[in-house]
Amino acid sequence: MEQENEKKEKLQFNVWKDFFKYLKPYKKQFIILIGLMIIVGVLDSIFPLLTKHAIDNFVNKNTTLGIERFAFLFFGAVILLAVTVYLFLSIAGRIETQMAYDIRRLGFEKLQVLPLSYYDEKAVGWLMARMTSDINRLSETISWGLVDFAWGITMMTAVTIAMLRLNFKLALITLSVVPFLALVSAYFQKRILKAQRDVRKINSKITAAYNEDIQGAKTTKTLVREEINLEEFSELTSSMKVSSIRATILSSLYLPIVLTLGSIGTAFAVNYGGKSVMLGLISYGTLVAFISYTAQFFEPVRQLAVIFAEVQSAQASAERVFSLLNEVPAITDSEEVVQKYGDLLNPKKEAWPKIEGHLEFKNVSFSYKDGEKVLENFNLKVNPGETIALVGETGSGKSTIVNLFCRFYEPTEGNVLIDGINYKDMPQNWIHENLGYVLQTPHLFSGTIKENIQYGNLNATELDIIKASKLVNAHEFIMEMEKGYETEVGEGGSLLSTGQKQLISFARAIVRNPQLFVLDEATSSIDTETEKIIQDAINKVLDGRTSFVIAHRLSTIKNADRILVIKDGKIIENGDHRELIKNKGYYYNLYTNQFIEEQSKSLLG
Amino acid sequence: MKEFKKLLKFMEGYKIIYLFGMISIIISQIITTVTPLLIRTTIDSIIGEEPITSSIIQSGVNLLGGKEYLKNNLWIIGLTLILVALLRGIFLYLKNTLSSKSAENTTKNIRDNLYDHIQRLPYEYHVKSETGELIQKCTSDVETIKRFLAIQLVEVAGSISMLIFISYVMFNLNVKMALISMVILPITFTFSVVFFNRVKKDFEASDEAEARLSTTLQENLTGVRVVKAFSRQKFEVDKFDEKNREYRDLTYKLIKNLSTYWSFSDFLSMSQVGLVITMGSYWTVKGDISLGTLVAFTSYINMLIWPIRQMGRTLTDMGKAFVSVKRIEEIFNEPIEILEENHKKPNIKGSITFENVYFEYEQNKPVLKDVSFKVKPGQTIALIGPTGSGKSSLVHLLPRLYDYNKGSIKIDNIELKNIDKKWIRRNVGLVLQEPFLYAKTIKENIRLSDPTMIDNKVFEASKIASIHEDIISFEKGYETFVGERGVSLSGGQKQRMAIARTIINQCPIVIFDDSLSAVDTETDISIRTALRKRKNKSTTIIISHRISTVAEADLILVLDKGRIIQRGNHNSLIKEEGLYKRVYEIQNSLDDSDKDLRLNA
Repeated sequence: MEQENEKKEKLQFNVWKDFFKYLKPYKKQFIILIGLMIIVGVLDSIFPLLTKHAIDNFVNKNTTLGIERFAFLFFGAVILLAVTVYLFLSIAGRIETQMAYDIRRLGFEKLQVLPLSYYDEKAVGWLMARMTSDINRLSETISWGLVDFAWGITMMTAVTIAMLRLNFKLALITLSVVPFLALVSAYFQKRILKAQRDVRKINSKITAAYNEDIQGAKTTKTLVREEINLEEFSELTSSMKVSSIRATILSSLYLPIVLTLGSIGTAFAVNYGGKSVMLGLISYGTLVAFISYTAQFFEPVRQLAVIFAEVQSAQASAERVFSLLNEVPAITDSEEVVQKYGDLLNPKKEAWPKIEGHLEFKNVSFSYKDGEKVLENFNLKVNPGETIALVGETGSGKSTIVNLFCRFYEPTEGNVLIDGINYKDMPQNWIHENLGYVLQTPHLFSGTIKENIQYGNLNATELDIIKASKLVNAHEFIMEMEKGYETEVGEGGSLLSTGQKQLISFARAIVRNPQLFVLDEATSSIDTETEKIIQDAINKVLDGRTSFVIAHRLSTIKNADRILVIKDGKIIENGDHRELIKNKGYYYNLYTNQFIEEQSKSLLG
Repeated sequence: MKEFKKLLKFMEGYKIIYLFGMISIIISQIITTVTPLLIRTTIDSIIGEEPITSSIIQSGVNLLGGKEYLKNNLWIIGLTLILVALLRGIFLYLKNTLSSKSAENTTKNIRDNLYDHIQRLPYEYHVKSETGELIQKCTSDVETIKRFLAIQLVEVAGSISMLIFISYVMFNLNVKMALISMVILPITFTFSVVFFNRVKKDFEASDEAEARLSTTLQENLTGVRVVKAFSRQKFEVDKFDEKNREYRDLTYKLIKNLSTYWSFSDFLSMSQVGLVITMGSYWTVKGDISLGTLVAFTSYINMLIWPIRQMGRTLTDMGKAFVSVKRIEEIFNEPIEILEENHKKPNIKGSITFENVYFEYEQNKPVLKDVSFKVKPGQTIALIGPTGSGKSSLVHLLPRLYDYNKGSIKIDNIELKNIDKKWIRRNVGLVLQEPFLYAKTIKENIRLSDPTMIDNKVFEASKIASIHEDIISFEKGYETFVGERGVSLSGGQKQRMAIARTIINQCPIVIFDDSLSAVDTETDISIRTALRKRKNKSTTIIISHRISTVAEADLILVLDKGRIIQRGNHNSLIKEEGLYKRVYEIQNSLDDSDKDLRLNA
């Protein structure tokens, strides 16, 4: 599933420019870090000079005078190096983790503010990847990339300066291999990185295949698909093998080439340096220093090539993360509203008017982003406490009506009024704080049953929770569990049955004591006996609340005050159960279908 | 080393290549030791005036043209240096590609075997299996083994052989100097082993914190409707912040520990270098060693330090590989189903006979008790009963997902246990309660059991399953990728896809395990009508909670606690007091006014 175009190989500075504003809080730390890296780079280039010093001052002069001082000096440099290494590693680590934390926090806050329409377009897996691996990669590349960059540059500069000062001509000759080293490194690192990326892509496909292997095992058995499955999987592992070997070949070609290039530098040093020693132009120490320097050049050049390649690949991560951070929510509260009533994360609830439960759709039209029109000029008035059942086929628009009512979407045209107030003039949370909502597939959060019910009302007391559970007939099964309300529900509620989850989600909605209520196909996935229990709960729950019910089961719909049959975004029938049966329209057909078979059978014998 | 043997088993066919990879690294390490010797000789005896003591080096010098000639033509030494580097490069290349080739093939071998083994594990296993843990074994544990083979083992072999060769050369050059050069190394090594063993905990803690962060994020994203409807944004932000903070702090703690390690290890290594230079200079001045020897020693010590520092980490990681092999073995030790035992493949028409069948998942807890009934080819039977009454267990016996314990089941008068699993599954189409769709196109999902099936057959099956219209309304129609962004199938659509992919095979026996629950009543009817109209009508078994679905069956079995408590057809059952009538009344609880209406209609 290649959802993103990762082919952007060129560095794009506008992407990174955007990034600098996120770097600001770490400016000080970055400066210290770069300072430290310069020290490390300089120290690394000084060690060969120390060797040279030893050779020239002791060996060549044939004296041990001052060798203790030399030993102390060397030891001092070692301690300085160790301390700087410790400092730069921990500071870079600090920056990396703090930056990942900050960006992730911003991303999460943005995700909470983005409306449902955003989630319709983005798969959960996609969003997860942005929030985890992309942010990790970004902060890692920035902090460590910068460290390596500073070190590489300093080291190269220091070594170059040291060599030039030792012997200008010899330095130029020896350094002549560096440009080739850089070219080869740049060429290979880019390809190596790309090959590794291919490997990762196939790897994620393999993981997905295992997931199917396990979760689809029952399907595989019933359809006897074992052999075809293995064939398909084997193709995948073969391409993985080929790509991995290709990546290895690339990097194992790179190393020998670079080593050989490096040895050319050494060869130059030995050849020209050796002659110079014989002619007395340079000392033995200088020759030895040059030989060590040629070995030292390779690492920083390789590092720089790696950084460039990594920054390029992190660019794709950066773009995706920023596209999330910069996303403008399709539903926002105006500034006046925020001023008066607070925003999503800091609501000023004391200023909110209480909701009675009058509801009106006034000339509401709605179309999706792609232009598909779902509702046109839709009008509806609902009195406080009224229960409205929505009936209709998939795609008829009944879910859209509920989504508009909940302000998960906003009308493209027209207004939704609650107690006569256009809900756009109020903060989004106003309606949500007064809403009880039960979904077709109940979603619970990890934690205890109690915590899950409390999700509906953070101020709910133990007594409130038990009362709510009793009301929806959940108390009994909860108490049957060993730990009662303290029972862990597992990830997404996986330790409970669907029916149990559903009852808890009812309790969660009830404990809010909301004026508005929505049941979104809440009973379709439950067996008859449980449904009967839930039906009782529903009747109690909806009593006295302005509510919408979407359900396939007619038993749920029948008790509504008003039933709306929706087709192509329009109300085609409107009335209570009796009226609509009398009407002999769509609803009548739907309702009596259950008996048609029976009747026709008795007719046909 | 039981695990090591197992690992060798997986390497079957690629052991020789791996061995060559090992030999290559050893050769390349021998070559590595040559360069410093070459430079030493050049400094001491070519440029300088020291006599050459080693006969091997002397003959090497003679081979290149003699001492005087080389002195005037230093470029020959330069060229030799390059050639040595090139030769070493070639062996490094060989080592990498050979070991990678062997490791990749071994990994493929493990992956394929794991995949196949998992899909052949009995149904029972998959009911209980923990997906997350299995996936982890198949991915990260296999990855650990691959790294062990491709990188770690050769690296350690390389490091050890280098240690041996360099020590050999160093001791030959000068014993005193060799001892001084190696005095701190054991400390560095011990420190790194101890450190990485201790820091393992911190790595795990950071990983676990990341996993908790992911879970919180995932729950938030999948529950976005709940979060919004309950306006719990602030609550969620605080919850996430806690996990985010935890992950940050634990990771930072790890990095700090690593910083301590690397800086202290730097300190030890550089002290060793300092010691070599100081003492070396001292002894050179004293005349105990030559300048070239000193230079050679500084090169050797630099070569040794890195692998020694790294070894602690590699050894710790290598320990993980054996744990991984063990974990993977756990999967392989689970017995698999044998799909073809006796190669009995009778032609199946579709009559089914249950005679006093008992079945239990756990000993002495039978879920089916004394079940007997008969179905003729082409008939429809329906199973109804409360959750846990044994309906699903009963139908799972037919494709031999489980085998019954007592009694007898006969298909066309042949004992079911004697028919090959593969064959019976080809002939019994079971539509599962919770359909699983593959990440493939819709078309591929429908012709899942035979990818060569022609389009017309796919369309026909889709039409019968009432899903055709839905599919062609998608932008890409049958080529729509399931799970692609924007295209998520509803529960009902998924169920109808599952029906289509089952009936496309035209099995003589078809089972619907509550597979119409998310489909609305009307569609339910049209699917069943289409099925009935089909030629060569299959024997059909339907499990449903819906009376309307069940009502038309030739035989209805009402199950409760594993027993058949009522049997008959719809008309007879609604007249009997019992579960069936009760369910019927719940689903059709018309109030009196309705009844009046209907009577008048």
